[in-house]
Amino acid sequence: MGNILSLTTFMPLIGAAILALFLRGDDEAAQANAKWVALGATAFTFVASLFILAGFDRDVAAFQFVEDHEWLLGLHYRMGVDGISVLFVMLTTFLMPLTIAACWNVTHRVKEYMIAFLVLETLMLGVFMALDLVLFYLFFEGGLIPMFLIIGIWGGKDRIYAAFKFFLYTFLGSVLMLVAMVTMANVAGTTCIAACGEGEVSLLTFNFSSETMPILGWQITGGLQTLLWLAFFASFAVKMPMWPVHTWLPDAHVQAPTAGSVVLAAILLKMGGYGFLRFSLPMFPVASDILGPLVLWLSAIAIVYASLVALVQEDMKKLIAYSSVAHMGYVTAGIFAANQQGIDGAIFQMLSHGFVSGALFLCVGVVYDRMHTREIDAYGGLVNRMPAYAFVFLLFTMANVGLPGTSGFVGEFLTLMGIFQANTWVALVATSGVILSAAYALWLYRRVVLGDLIKEALRSITDMTGREKAIFAPLVVMTILLGVYPSLVIDIIEVSTANLIHDVGIAQEAAAGAIQTAQTAAASH
Amino acid sequence: MMSTDLSILLPEVMLAFYAMVSLIVVVYTGKDDSARPLTVLTAIVFAGLAFWIGYAGSGSELAFYGSFISDPFSRFAKVGILLSAAAVLLISMEYMSRRGLLRFEYPVLISLSVVGMMVMVSAGDLMVLYMGLELQSLAAYVIASIRRDSVRSTEAGLKYFVLGALSSGLLLYGASLTYGFSGTTLFAGIFEAAAGDVSIGLLFGLAFLLAGFAFKISAAPFHMWTPDVYEGAPTPVTAFFATAPKLAAMALLARVMHDAFGTIVGDWQQIIAFLAVFSMFLGAIAAIGQRNIKRLMAYSSISHMGFALMGLASGTLFGVQAMLIYMAIYLTMNVGAFAFILSMEKDGRPVTDIESLHMYSKREPLRALAMLVLLFSLAGVPPLVGFFGKLYVLQAAVQGGLSWLAILGVIASVISAFYYLRIVYYMYFGTERDSLDPPSSPVLWSVLMVCALAMVFGVINLFGVDALAAQAAAALVN
Repeated sequence: MGNILSLTTFMPLIGAAILALFLRGDDEAAQANAKWVALGATAFTFVASLFILAGFDRDVAAFQFVEDHEWLLGLHYRMGVDGISVLFVMLTTFLMPLTIAACWNVTHRVKEYMIAFLVLETLMLGVFMALDLVLFYLFFEGGLIPMFLIIGIWGGKDRIYAAFKFFLYTFLGSVLMLVAMVTMANVAGTTCIAACGEGEVSLLTFNFSSETMPILGWQITGGLQTLLWLAFFASFAVKMPMWPVHTWLPDAHVQAPTAGSVVLAAILLKMGGYGFLRFSLPMFPVASDILGPLVLWLSAIAIVYASLVALVQEDMKKLIAYSSVAHMGYVTAGIFAANQQGIDGAIFQMLSHGFVSGALFLCVGVVYDRMHTREIDAYGGLVNRMPAYAFVFLLFTMANVGLPGTSGFVGEFLTLMGIFQANTWVALVATSGVILSAAYALWLYRRVVLGDLIKEALRSITDMTGREKAIFAPLVVMTILLGVYPSLVIDIIEVSTANLIHDVGIAQEAAAGAIQTAQTAAASH
Repeated sequence: MMSTDLSILLPEVMLAFYAMVSLIVVVYTGKDDSARPLTVLTAIVFAGLAFWIGYAGSGSELAFYGSFISDPFSRFAKVGILLSAAAVLLISMEYMSRRGLLRFEYPVLISLSVVGMMVMVSAGDLMVLYMGLELQSLAAYVIASIRRDSVRSTEAGLKYFVLGALSSGLLLYGASLTYGFSGTTLFAGIFEAAAGDVSIGLLFGLAFLLAGFAFKISAAPFHMWTPDVYEGAPTPVTAFFATAPKLAAMALLARVMHDAFGTIVGDWQQIIAFLAVFSMFLGAIAAIGQRNIKRLMAYSSISHMGFALMGLASGTLFGVQAMLIYMAIYLTMNVGAFAFILSMEKDGRPVTDIESLHMYSKREPLRALAMLVLLFSLAGVPPLVGFFGKLYVLQAAVQGGLSWLAILGVIASVISAFYYLRIVYYMYFGTERDSLDPPSSPVLWSVLMVCALAMVFGVINLFGVDALAAQAAAALVN
């Protein structure tokens, strides 16, 4: 069991290799085989990840299941999970089989489609497990390639534009992070995020200088930390996405195929939040303290702005995409509130959003498969013909709004509590997002599902098939389970987040103390 | 004494001898009938020499009073030059023979050019340097216009010749200034003369030398010949120009800067950093508008030379190592990409328009996938090996205190990602049109696959090139 993490990470890749090497032809049988192989590979991955969860010691803040090998250039191939990352791993492995099952109707280049998703899963899992900067970057950026192809090959009408925008936008964001990473490796002399042995330097324990630094005549408060923080921010804010760099997301979502949207919303966006938690906050605590208010306000703007924009959307996917931007606003605000409730809430919100937004995109996929349009106006009164669908859609709409009893409530409530402690005004603005989200989500539901069935085209629409019900069932269970029993998540993450907040607090106090000493020294002169 | 000197030079002597003997033998026997076996034989000779140099050579040796150096650095460069030239010979056979261009002069000229490059990277003296450079270039001018009855090809050759002669002139001028102000042509002597107070004349010499080298590696703003020559020359010849000579000139540049001007790093650092920035951005931006894949590769190579120069600009040992690794990766990617380009044909005629690749992936899924890997690798997207090349040079730049250069570099790499993605777009997202001929050559197929696989599996340990480059760099910088 020593290398369970690598095993889990690369299992999908093995599936992809089997598909690429042994599957020939493009007839129906071959297509079915491709789907089954992909489903099998993702299912096995999920089973393997259950072993990780089972063996995970929730009373330890340190990284577990650590694997370490020397690599090029003084880099390490080092993997490990802690309370913060283990649930993202679970989220990924849990959602991937459902995603594969959701693209059962695809007929266009099925084999390649499955390979792209399997490669993508490996890369996403790697992101959450990597304990080396460059290894992290490798997985983080590598995900762009399969996603670019998924949007570009299997996407909608304007897929080319969306694919290029997605790729170049996120690529530009993260190359600055690359330079920052190289600088960090240079300053700290290591690229390891967490130490393995005793006395080893690691980035999580290294103190990056926060002395004011002059650059081109500007005095940069927080010095090196601020610069590095900004470079990482450029990458994670785009990935998240935060206002005002969110514009790639609606395009990418609308054009991506259903399964692509699910993965994008449910997992890929979480990489940004995970990055903030793993890098920005613990490694640059002083800069986070200085720039935290900026993030809080940007998040508040994102929540209100994205909710308002969501209200006027004509396209179902676009509406959900903007709702994602708004929900990610809670996450970023919660993280940079930098207190226990805020961070616990942010992680909870990310997991919950993974289930809920994934499910909502699947809901759109269900009707899109039947009617081949995402226009809200094309629908109406679906409840008359599709009662099961109406129920599922209602549940996830409510979860999206944050109704108590669903997972959405816990995440929003916790983050808002955390934000309130950090900045009351931001909390005030952010809370208005709760009402706005009810407005756009319920209105969407009314226009699509409720009312009389008057559209001629909808008269023969059929309710969900057994396969579709089977896909939604686990998501429904998880959404309600997390809603009524949130400790399921909190118990696992608590120790690690408490540890994180503790370390950040100490570093911030130390920096404040240093500034004070300097000031008294200057005053006494 | 003479015999030890000659024994150090043995690989070069043997290759030159081989080229001349084969010339005579073929002239008196089969002429063009024997072109095919001769090409294969030459490739084998290259590969054999590469293994010999790689395995037999050890330590640093000087010949002819220090004017010829055999050290790990020169051996690294020679192995790279020989292997890539061998690969280019292999992939060019099919194309050349189909168009009646496979004359026996082709392998002979390439051999002579390779001799020139091997001398270049071993040069320890300005005279030897010039000799090597000219041998390499003169052979290259002829190869560029090997398609005698094509206006484009002859134009390419002429252009290459005129501009090359100009650059040689600049180089010679720089060399004579350097000689005039240091009193010697030996690098070791110049190194001593450049220590302490540096005269303005020597700096002028340095600047002219750099201009000459920049021509050879096609760094902007001395890049103007590149797109035209790449486009005009037959594609296999373009493949040759894009690979071995680039490594040779880059290695030569590193050699001169560190061995001869190693004491005034600050003076050449800024020039090279400028060349790097200019090349990266020019290569990235000018390629966006290109429809011809050969011109596109020309700009792409300009941009890549900018990155390699970034490593060199740091002026450190690690910088040289990074540059060598970058060049090794660049060679592999380019050989693979040209193996793909050589297989683009329609009705038996070569096609260079990237629009002809519309939905290529539908008909040739495996080839398209291999090219996809190469393109993403060229763009420097992880997890492919091309990314590691970028990582090394970025690290070198940051270590050398050139963070601004690193930042500009990554921005340029985003811009250049666009045109690589555009080829992917044609291959995968386009609409189906009248298709290219199904490629037939197994040689091209296997070279393409080997290069693409190297880009994927190299991630594990870069096939040990990392350590070899470190050794090579250590030999150069002391």
